[in-house]
Amino acid sequence: MTTVAAAVPDALPGRDQARWWRFTVRLFRTKPLGAAGAVVFAIFLLSGIFAGVIAPYGINETDLAHRLEPPSRQFLLGTDHLGRDLFSRVLMGARLSMIVGFCAAALATVVSIVIGVLSGYLGGWFDMLTQRLVDAWMTFPDLVLLIVIVSVVGPGITQIVIILGLLYGIAGSRIIRGAVTSVREHVYTHAAQSIGAGTFHILRRHILPNVMPVVIVLFTTRVGAVILSEAALSFLGLGVPPPAPTWGGMLSGDGRTYLYLGPWLALAPGICLTVVVYAANVFGDALRDLLDPRMRGT
Amino acid sequence: MKEPLLRIDDLNVTFGAGFGNRPKVRAVTSLSLEVAPGETLAIVGESGSGKSVTALSILRLIPEPGRIESGRILFEGKDLLALDDAGIRSVRGNRIAMIFQEPMSSLNPVLTIGRQVAEPLRLHRRLKRREALERAVEHLKSVAIPDAEKRLGDYPHQFSGGMRQRVMIAMALACHPRLLIADEPTTALDVTVQAQILELLKERTREADSALILITHDLGVVARYADRVAVMYGGRIVESGPAAALYADPRHPYTQGLLRSVPRLEGNCGGRLDSIDGQPPDLAALPAGCAFAPRCPQVRDRCLTAPPLLEAGAGGRAWACYGYEEGAA
Repeated sequence: MTTVAAAVPDALPGRDQARWWRFTVRLFRTKPLGAAGAVVFAIFLLSGIFAGVIAPYGINETDLAHRLEPPSRQFLLGTDHLGRDLFSRVLMGARLSMIVGFCAAALATVVSIVIGVLSGYLGGWFDMLTQRLVDAWMTFPDLVLLIVIVSVVGPGITQIVIILGLLYGIAGSRIIRGAVTSVREHVYTHAAQSIGAGTFHILRRHILPNVMPVVIVLFTTRVGAVILSEAALSFLGLGVPPPAPTWGGMLSGDGRTYLYLGPWLALAPGICLTVVVYAANVFGDALRDLLDPRMRGT
Repeated sequence: MKEPLLRIDDLNVTFGAGFGNRPKVRAVTSLSLEVAPGETLAIVGESGSGKSVTALSILRLIPEPGRIESGRILFEGKDLLALDDAGIRSVRGNRIAMIFQEPMSSLNPVLTIGRQVAEPLRLHRRLKRREALERAVEHLKSVAIPDAEKRLGDYPHQFSGGMRQRVMIAMALACHPRLLIADEPTTALDVTVQAQILELLKERTREADSALILITHDLGVVARYADRVAVMYGGRIVESGPAAALYADPRHPYTQGLLRSVPRLEGNCGGRLDSIDGQPPDLAALPAGCAFAPRCPQVRDRCLTAPPLLEAGAGGRAWACYGYEEGAA
């Protein structure tokens, strides 16, 4: 029995930190592009978190002597028409984008899981009703829906997070449901029923882990999509209201007005937006490939 | 005969008749059978004869849109069909366990073997994780998984088909069930592995004194491992009896046809195999009479009007055919 006792802790998953390390090594070795995406995303995340420390100037600190200056050693990304440092503003924009991106994507994922798993696993009339409601919801164009809701409840971070979360959550539930319906028909689900497991136990232990790769990809790509949507709303003046420095707001305000005089005003937030969304997507794809246990050890 | 462990009385299972006006499919019709403690009963029949549905009904696992229309399933004196959800869950995997046809897909690919074998113990015995895993090791050893301790943390894809079916057996027997239902446990395996798995099943159930319902379409398997046989056709049992007697003297024309269609080493070697003409019956449109009548070489007028009932004879035998009368042949 001593050998058994010694072997058991090793078999308990999720206990040792070595697993995380091994996973990271595998990510870099087999998916260099995904790893690069992860690194880039992490850089943006960290600069968002530490924006207050890194930023050389205040976001609303004007310096009328240095208006519309191109990037220089003093102003890394140049200044806008009020002489505000663009680098500092882009950093704070990263913070806003990350907050909105993570919160709304998390909310969207939770909503998708709840709707998708229940609808897909329970099936029957419940599935029928839920899916017809989701159908109805998805017939509205996203942007129109966003504009209408924001114009009713007014702009603000909390509103944006909730609206984007629900919007993407309901649409994404379709993807989770699809995965669940295929998992539900697998023999191992029947086998789980045959050993006397209850519905909740099956959902938690058998269904959810098997749709986890889908959930993770959904989450990471949603982070990108939400950031993009938030930028679109801010561009239209319906996002987080100024003077908060959002990337979308910077693009539409100074970026558009001074496109000829100061193209860096549009380029900096635009490039950031593109890079963050792309990084989130390639990282999500790499995770999906790696998290499939059938590909472990290959 | 001893008090039966399991008794099915007049079970009727149908599918469909949900949306639209698709006809009902009668998967199982007036089925009655008994299993004694420690006995091995083989249920034989071709695809669609209702074998698997019968097995699933016992644990009330019939998938939508299937429905148990009527009947009683008595297990240890309790009617399984009358239990509430919690009641039937406490039977599943605990008193009655099941092994499925495809070992490749009946284990959850994202959970380790250790967790899966430990799962019934955690559910029914309320064991702590470590205790359950220690017991899982013993169970894996008992089904001859080498290096059981080291393999607890492995995932199903790291096991071969035969090994996975061993794991399934370990899992099914973890709580020492009184009845084990094996639904074509070896169909997906290599012939050499099949024999090993069946030996193991037989040996483990004998040691645990569990009864075994072996569902198969392989008559060779039946002859070797079963005490009693029930032959199903078109959702009904057409003949049942002790395995040896049934092989020596099949009474239903369908059983006779089945036995004739098995290739043999002696006798008519190199000749054409016998086969049963015609198609299996359409369960959505069963004939008024005997379901086998359209293919039966001995069909008579009476067979077309009303289905023959199972008739009990001496030596624990029973058959559902107008063409056979005990003593007459």
